[in-house]
Amino acid sequence: MRLMDYANPTRFLGLVATVLPWVAGITAILFAVGFWLVFAVAPADYQQGETVKIMYLHVPCAWLSMFCYMTMAMSAFGTLVWRHPLADVSAKCAAPIGAAFTFLSLATGSLWGKPMWGTWWVWDARLTSVLVLFIMYLGLIALTETIEDPARAAKASAILTLVGVVNIPIIKFSVDWWNTLHQPSSVFRMGGSTIDASMLVPLLVMATAFTFLFLLLHLMSMRNEILRRRIRTLRILEAAGADA
Amino acid sequence: MTALLGNHAGFILAAYGLAVLVVAGLAVWIVVDGRARRRELADLEARGIRRRSTRKPGEGAA
Repeated sequence: MRLMDYANPTRFLGLVATVLPWVAGITAILFAVGFWLVFAVAPADYQQGETVKIMYLHVPCAWLSMFCYMTMAMSAFGTLVWRHPLADVSAKCAAPIGAAFTFLSLATGSLWGKPMWGTWWVWDARLTSVLVLFIMYLGLIALTETIEDPARAAKASAILTLVGVVNIPIIKFSVDWWNTLHQPSSVFRMGGSTIDASMLVPLLVMATAFTFLFLLLHLMSMRNEILRRRIRTLRILEAAGADA
Repeated sequence: MTALLGNHAGFILAAYGLAVLVVAGLAVWIVVDGRARRRELADLEARGIRRRSTRKPGEGAA
């Protein structure tokens, strides 16, 4: 079966039913291992002490806030170019999950910033561009919910999503382009990671666990949205039958 | 636990507590929504309202 065959919502629902228990199991195992590494194995930082434990939460949430937006951008491209039946479903369902992880990224960053920087918030490029990302997620959710016709809502939100992609490189490179309190990239950078393996391994395990969590929630949410659209079609059929 | 996490234990626990709350809230919302949609769809189908592809031969539109 070709990949495009899964564009059929019924086939996709069948695939989700098969894959979901495995994704749930892998997510649970990854979180169990991740929490064990974070709280029982990873050492305290020589400067930050145990406060570094917030990093294992903050960095995966920040990574997912951008990963989720890129998923939406690819889906938006699929909506506008190929009119893929599931592309819009994917974009719509990723938005609330992305908003939640972006909120967590901002909130855990503040909770880390207060003891380390002495302030909850600074209006520097990194923090402000992530706040803009959060507002964009809320705007996209509002736009999708405001337009009643799913096809029109899909087109409008796909265009806005693609315009908003410009913010992703700004977030990523803001710490290199401008002076900021935020530390520069230390995991994905030219020349390799600057984090010691004793902290890098728990961080990567937690990042993988959060990525699987996103996949799990996204697939479940997409299944709900497909059912919601079927119900809408049946309600229209019902109304047409009542009128006839 | 607080002693093990040092001087800033409150910040660490608040960060993890908030993450658990937000993720659990999101998961519960998705699960509850899924159950409601399945119930709604089953109710419509029980009343004989089906899509063409799932209709039995000789069945009407609604």
